[in-house]
Amino acid sequence: MNIIVCAKQVVDLSEMKVDSATKKPILQGVPRKISDIDKNALEEAIKIKDKNDGKITILTIGPADAKEQIKELLAMGADEGVLVTSPDNIDYHMTAILLAEAIKKIGSYDVILCGEASVDLFSGQIGPRVAGLLNIPQITYALSLTVENDKVTAQRNMGKNAITTESTYPVLITVTKEINEPRLPSLMQILGAANKPIQEWTSDSLQSDLKPLVETVELKGVPMERKNIIYKDDLDESVNKLIESLEKEGVLGG
Amino acid sequence: MKLPMVLVYSDNKNISLEMIGKAVELAKKQQKKVIIPIIGKSDENLANEYISYGADQVFMVETNLVSFKAEEYVDILADIVKETGVGTILIGSNKNGKELSARLAGKLNAGCVVDSNNIYVKNGKLIAERIVYSGNAIAVEQFNSKPAIITIPSKAFDPLKKDENRKGEIIQKQIEVNKSPSTIVNVQEMKTEGVNVEDAEIIVSCGRGFKNKEDIKIIEELADVIKGKTIGCSRPIAADLKWLSEDHWIGLSGHKVKPKLYIAAGISGQIQHIAGMRDSSIIVAINKDPEALIFKSADYGIVGDLYEVIPKLTEAIKSKKG
Repeated sequence: MNIIVCAKQVVDLSEMKVDSATKKPILQGVPRKISDIDKNALEEAIKIKDKNDGKITILTIGPADAKEQIKELLAMGADEGVLVTSPDNIDYHMTAILLAEAIKKIGSYDVILCGEASVDLFSGQIGPRVAGLLNIPQITYALSLTVENDKVTAQRNMGKNAITTESTYPVLITVTKEINEPRLPSLMQILGAANKPIQEWTSDSLQSDLKPLVETVELKGVPMERKNIIYKDDLDESVNKLIESLEKEGVLGG
Repeated sequence: MKLPMVLVYSDNKNISLEMIGKAVELAKKQQKKVIIPIIGKSDENLANEYISYGADQVFMVETNLVSFKAEEYVDILADIVKETGVGTILIGSNKNGKELSARLAGKLNAGCVVDSNNIYVKNGKLIAERIVYSGNAIAVEQFNSKPAIITIPSKAFDPLKKDENRKGEIIQKQIEVNKSPSTIVNVQEMKTEGVNVEDAEIIVSCGRGFKNKEDIKIIEELADVIKGKTIGCSRPIAADLKWLSEDHWIGLSGHKVKPKLYIAAGISGQIQHIAGMRDSSIIVAINKDPEALIFKSADYGIVGDLYEVIPKLTEAIKSKKG
């Protein structure tokens, strides 16, 4: 069974600071990592491979230094990596086309796995877009997978409903954070990953003349004006002061 | 006949009505029309309701599809878009709507912005704003081409006033659908406790500061003495520990709420949680860690052990109300 896992390099939000004056996020110099839910996708791929054999290819669109993060995924258990160097001003439309073209170039695949969304922008567009471009079925928000020779069955969290969906191959599946606990690679695996191949393709070699259909023209700060009145002395007094304040605000109900 | 301008679609009636309101506003400026398909069973009452709330044309697409599959619904919407030359597509941002819009965007080579609650035209370009970086920034996204697809969460916009006299067309449509090789085997309602946090006026919420599932009852007792009685929680309580069902979950991936009063007890205040409750009128935080992030997002706070603070708060309110 051949599995392709799409993985995105994102800024590490826990390291991100906000400019205190403008409230805008400061993105320069923030360390980067693989989006957490993409690691859940890889963990699921490894489980499938353990049972059914096959090969796991990591596919990333990103800057040249994304190779470092791909190595981490190879250490976890993927067999090889493909890095497509991304053009400037890339949007979801361009990313999805490059992924779909790269997948066609990789050639043989049964399952494509993605995270339900990346943790930085949380759009969740890439999986369904790629499935649409490749004209294959999509199974979104998978909570668990059962892989058999001729079909895969997924339990899905669709908000109001829990839905069980089955599909033949090839199929694109997006997974949730709850599907598994991604493994940490051992030192031996980390060392071993150095010998696994990472191919680098340019975006132009896959599809030239790509233009963004959506452009982020501004990143605004989010003002959060709060009173920040904190009571921290005697507990009984704090409780009384709080109730007094809430009564004044008129929010305590009847 | 002028071409219809804005297409609205959701399988949820309320979001549809809210989106029609926004669509009318966008279409009015350009003298275009608002169209909305109903997919599945023919429903004349629903069609007339959509018209009375502002839709110009309702496309009744009768199908024998048993359940929603994005692959198949995309065929239907793509067909309508191609036939009518729609420029703007608004889709309800529930889970079905999101996977539908993204696949449709792939198929149509269209730009797409999900979860937008602010849409406008500036210098002739359609702009949609959305929250990114776990609630820490607003991205202003500009469309360079048509069609433009935008998904809209519930309660982002208000529906127009209902007008029974408003006229519109109902058009029957036959659309061929390529059957997807996937099968829906089972549909089961998610385990819920019938809680609707999105409509609540007062929410008392719990997080990892609670040591045991049983302890949540002290939150219930507090909620009980205040009007509202709704319990919320952060991600770990619903998704990891499963002490409460997911209808209680407030946050970026859970529910987004805007009550008059939000009390966060034992919640550290991760940005993902803040993203779900930042629109509350008054936020109260109870946490024993004076450095907890939640205090930065709170109007009022008490630094203290929630196991002491909450019972005291409950008693004090109870005696006050007599």
